[in-house]
Amino acid sequence: MSHLFGHDQPLGVQASGGTAPSFVGSFDPRVRVVAAGLFAVMVVALHQVEFAFGAFLLALGTVFLTDLPLRLTLKRMAAMDGFIIVMLVMLPFTTPGTPMFSLLGADASKEGLMHAVLIGVRANAVVLMMLSLLSGLSPVALGHTLYRLKCPAALVHLMMFTVRYISVLHDEYHRLRMAMKLRGFRARNTFHTYRSIGYLFGMLLVRSLERAERVLEAMKCRGFSGHFPMIDHLEFKVRDGMLAVGFGVIIGALVLLDRIYVFAY
Amino acid sequence: MHIVDGALAPEVLIGGGVLAVAGLGLGLRKLPIDKIPATGVLSATFFVASLIHVPVGPSSVHLIMSGLAGLVLGWTAFPALFVGLLLQAVFFGFGGLTVLGVNTVNIALPAVLIGLTFRGLVTRSSPTIAAIWGGIAGASSIAVTTVFVAISLGLSGEGFVPAAKLVFFAHIPIMIIEGLISAAAIYLICKVKPELMRASDSAYDRVYDDAPYPITTGQTAQVTPATSEANNG
Repeated sequence: MSHLFGHDQPLGVQASGGTAPSFVGSFDPRVRVVAAGLFAVMVVALHQVEFAFGAFLLALGTVFLTDLPLRLTLKRMAAMDGFIIVMLVMLPFTTPGTPMFSLLGADASKEGLMHAVLIGVRANAVVLMMLSLLSGLSPVALGHTLYRLKCPAALVHLMMFTVRYISVLHDEYHRLRMAMKLRGFRARNTFHTYRSIGYLFGMLLVRSLERAERVLEAMKCRGFSGHFPMIDHLEFKVRDGMLAVGFGVIIGALVLLDRIYVFAY
Repeated sequence: MHIVDGALAPEVLIGGGVLAVAGLGLGLRKLPIDKIPATGVLSATFFVASLIHVPVGPSSVHLIMSGLAGLVLGWTAFPALFVGLLLQAVFFGFGGLTVLGVNTVNIALPAVLIGLTFRGLVTRSSPTIAAIWGGIAGASSIAVTTVFVAISLGLSGEGFVPAAKLVFFAHIPIMIIEGLISAAAIYLICKVKPELMRASDSAYDRVYDDAPYPITTGQTAQVTPATSEANNG
């Protein structure tokens, strides 16, 4: 997974090899970050399955305007669904309400089922929209964008350092792991395995700190004064404003209809 | 351990968000600019930990190592773990945006609390005793995290209570394994590089614009921890 951060390239570019930005990718990253956040907050506030499903379709439509590989994206979503499936299956049986059917002596309620479906649809809508709006960004571009959106500089710098060193340390991990393998180590369910992995991770920490010392000295050597220049040229164009307005209207309409629906019934 | 978008009640989401911002603020105050490289590299290390899979029975789990993060990083574990969760959410779709606050609090707050509790015990003890404390720290930070996850689920609806209990019991093997691995890691660190435990406190406390003496290496900085002013603020 960490190879994603290795060359500072977005997911779509690495998978398809193309260079021209997609339709979604041509908008100002600031608008995309804010839109993804707004979408998440608004979708979580939806109460009706119908409107949540509408939001899901909106997100699905957006995927087709990006150059994200569809299979990989769906695989990511399936991985997330794996996390929640247990909770969703249990929910009908644990929520009190009108019984629908019973399984092994436990009654499944209609309310519980509806709630489970609602959660599943909302979660998938948010993740899909986030992946399609943001994963076209490279991690460094995301850092710059957050900085421009007035996130604390220390946090952005911390994120940039993390992104920069994930792939380095993952390689280091593989090197250490290879050394263990050459000495006949195989991961099993034994105390020896857990101790060895512990030593491995401890060594990784020691080496990272030593690396950090070298990095800091190299930075001081070059006159680091506590500030990184943010080299990028973000332009807020008219079409970015139009996207912002259009997106805001759609989301606002969804939430408004959702609320009116509640009052009407 | 990640809670996804859409499951929690708005009150829980907002509460988690407020707590996360407060924790981030505290953590960033303890993070002067020249500690950022060390913290960033360690934050990347803990991200890599989540890519390491260990066998458990017929299946495997990935490491979390939040207890160790708390021990090594102290309050700065809060921003460090937040960054990891943000990257996972945005680029892999694990977790979500609105639950980012709740997830950060659930993982980072136990790490920080456990780290601050056990750090003194670990740094003062011999490697063997330190390993035992480290193991307890590693296991209990996972335990506290699962309790926090259970609380956030339980507060969001009665229907989640059984799922919350399941989350806790399903994580007991993970607690044991995290404890064992943390103990081994702490043992190694105490033998090889005990300064690592004090890394976030003393090794890099240097405001270089008004440094009274020329730039020194990390080694010299540890000899004079009393000169640290950045620690108080």
